[in-house]
Amino acid sequence: MAEPTVLQNKLPVGAIDTRASGWWAMIFVIFTEASLFAYLLFSYFYLAVQPHLPGTFPEGGSPSLALALPNTFILLLSSVAVGWAQFNIERDDSRRLALGMGVGAVLGMVFLVVQYFEWSAKAFGLASSPYSSLYFTVTGFHMAHVVVGVVMLWALFAWSLMGYFNRVRYAHIHIGALYWHFVDAVWLVVFFTFYITPLLGVKS
Amino acid sequence: MTIADYERAPTVAGEGAHAALAEKLGRIWETKPGILGWLSTVDHKKIGIRYIITAFAFLIAGGVEALVFRLQLAGPNLHLLTPEQYDQLFTTHGMTMIFLYAGPVLSGFSNYLWPLLLGARDMALPRLNALSYWVYLCAGIFLYAAFAFGFGPNDGWFNYVPYAARAYNGGPNIDFYSLGMILLGISTTVGSINFVVTFLRLRAPGMSINRVPILVWGTLTASAANIFAIPAVSLAFFLLWLDRNMGTHFFDVPAGGSALLWQHLFWMFGHPWVYAIVLPAMGMVSDGLPVFCRRPLVGYTVVALATVATMVLGFGVWVHHMFATGLPDVSLAFFSAASIIIAVPSAVGVFAWIATIWTGRPVFNTPFLFFASFIILFTIGGVSGYMTGSVPVDWQLTDTYFIVAHIHYVLIGINVFPVVGAVYFWFPKFTGKMMGERLGRWNFWTMFIGFNLGFFPMHISGLLGMPRRVYTYADGMGWDWLNFITTLGSFAFAIGVLLFIVNVALSYRRGRTAGNNPWDAPTLEWATTSPPPPYNFVVIPTVASRHPLWEGRLGEPDSHEHSYVNAGLVLDQGRETVGTTPLDAQPDIILKMPKDSFAPVILAIALTAIFIGLVLHIWWLAVLGGLATGVDIIGWLWPERSLGETAEPANG
Repeated sequence: MAEPTVLQNKLPVGAIDTRASGWWAMIFVIFTEASLFAYLLFSYFYLAVQPHLPGTFPEGGSPSLALALPNTFILLLSSVAVGWAQFNIERDDSRRLALGMGVGAVLGMVFLVVQYFEWSAKAFGLASSPYSSLYFTVTGFHMAHVVVGVVMLWALFAWSLMGYFNRVRYAHIHIGALYWHFVDAVWLVVFFTFYITPLLGVKS
Repeated sequence: MTIADYERAPTVAGEGAHAALAEKLGRIWETKPGILGWLSTVDHKKIGIRYIITAFAFLIAGGVEALVFRLQLAGPNLHLLTPEQYDQLFTTHGMTMIFLYAGPVLSGFSNYLWPLLLGARDMALPRLNALSYWVYLCAGIFLYAAFAFGFGPNDGWFNYVPYAARAYNGGPNIDFYSLGMILLGISTTVGSINFVVTFLRLRAPGMSINRVPILVWGTLTASAANIFAIPAVSLAFFLLWLDRNMGTHFFDVPAGGSALLWQHLFWMFGHPWVYAIVLPAMGMVSDGLPVFCRRPLVGYTVVALATVATMVLGFGVWVHHMFATGLPDVSLAFFSAASIIIAVPSAVGVFAWIATIWTGRPVFNTPFLFFASFIILFTIGGVSGYMTGSVPVDWQLTDTYFIVAHIHYVLIGINVFPVVGAVYFWFPKFTGKMMGERLGRWNFWTMFIGFNLGFFPMHISGLLGMPRRVYTYADGMGWDWLNFITTLGSFAFAIGVLLFIVNVALSYRRGRTAGNNPWDAPTLEWATTSPPPPYNFVVIPTVASRHPLWEGRLGEPDSHEHSYVNAGLVLDQGRETVGTTPLDAQPDIILKMPKDSFAPVILAIALTAIFIGLVLHIWWLAVLGGLATGVDIIGWLWPERSLGETAEPANG
């Protein structure tokens, strides 16, 4: 045996599907980001179970679902749009890919605008109480992630229009979409924590 | 680029010297000379050496700080330092050693060694690797610039509130510490992600996970832990910065916040971090020690599993730092039990190393002495840790010099001794020169005796009740001579470190030429030249065992497969390496590796600008830094044809 016997058939070259190094990197970016939100929500529950004056945790009682619930659906829809874009590039349809990315980005922006109104309607500010500090910090962290995601979706939109991707080469789409789905999924946890758990009795 | 370039069967070269191929690869992988090449290189070996040198610079800075306050503590009622200066010095010492030396120096070794150990041409994400170094450097400069202006951290390295709250610490010291730590956290996080991805994707064909060196297991485990643990401390410091600058109430007890929230978040990170800065060093011993015992490590599988088990348990012990805070008994009992159980996987390692020496034919040279002495120091540090894992003992000993002795036995014993041993071991690979053996002996014995002389008496001063972090003490407490000996020992230890640096400098200038494999070691880094060429390996090795260079003499049957280091895949169409499957390491893609790039260094500067803006409240600078960060990242990630990220042109 003078030669190793590893080689058989052709190998793809470059970055494709789940064999791209960037895809693996994004998986672990998501692990670390998910940990960040876990620690944020740990802080919420840790402070929630400390003694408080009545009506200060959550400040002003359970937060209203009037804007937050529809906004949650908007964010979920944006994930659907991005998923639809992924579905289409696997069928070599760059135009629908771009459309899906664009719609996803617009819905992400709508989410941010609604969040702005949600924030403005609060009777308290960042420095009012531990609850208010948590509310603005945690939702602020999430909004920062949405901002990053929206910029990323627009970049993917532009690159899609420039014809960079086809049904084999779309690692960027795959990786970006992974991040966006994470940002949406983590909102569900944030939403559940801030809007639903007070209704279940986690308050003082 | 034609369609054929998107898919190909790589050629396989047979045994031979491959001179023409080596020359071609040299042209492809070489970094340009000059300052531009220096700033843009993504070569893991250059980055690794930078990490190690920078970390040693911080080790020296932290060491000098310690010597100054050891003078202050040499006798009772001394006034060399004011209490305020003492606070800054001991805190900066702790921050430096734990965050700017102990972690980064191991990242340096792993950066340098991983691709060589794994048979790859670089790390999986070379530009991210460069970013990780530049951000580390910027964070270190950020923290030390503050110290130079008298704004160093001054509430102990774990920075408890309410001491660290604005009301009790009005200067900018803690703001610099908070933001500097977040910046450093970015470096550690991206570095850790890079290690994990490299482990999963870049091992040489055939290097299934039961064939990777233990150092790789150590760094992998530490990196995986960092990915989950770093956000806790970054968040804690960010919330503290908000409390101090934006009037939030996370840690503000009178307003309904919690001081213990800080301790929880800090130690949820802090304890895993302790393991993150020792497991890779233990890995270096697990790989280095057997070479000098002339046999493979005893119990490879259990040592690898124990490494992972230590880390997993390490996430469940953080409350043992908080035994004295009045938590419920059930919590104390749980965390005490977890802290005691963690002795089991640690002991597995100890017995494996002892058995390796016992059943081997030890060669008593300098690297062996450092590696073997580590076992003794680890055992002493482990036993004192085991003692304080017990709640009643901890109540007696917490915040005394006993704990100071413990942390130094652990961090110097398990980090510094293996690291110095590792320099002796891998210096020939780094430079092509051997380190001086005679001076090495002097170096070892001075460090070993100085260390024990300096730190062992701290156990006793702690048992006699001397609290840590006092800037001076009254006479007649029974602590005087113990402290005097400690100061003497710490200076002896420092002389040992100085001898080490002298030895490195002398050996670098006129050491004996090393050759590829001066120690006759078994792993892949010794298969290439010393120092290695920019592309590491002319052909990608194929691995069939844990000891590719010792095959044929470990008594394995002839029918075994062989590893190949001079024959294998030829990847010479630009910067390329082979991607393999995560468990079995079967080739599944040819990865295109990026060229040298300025994006990492620019991104590091942009990120630093954000943090300077935040700490000095120059908001426009923070915004500008943020915009530059965004632009840099978009440019960095722009899909590149040369990396095979974009579709081939239609009908191409």
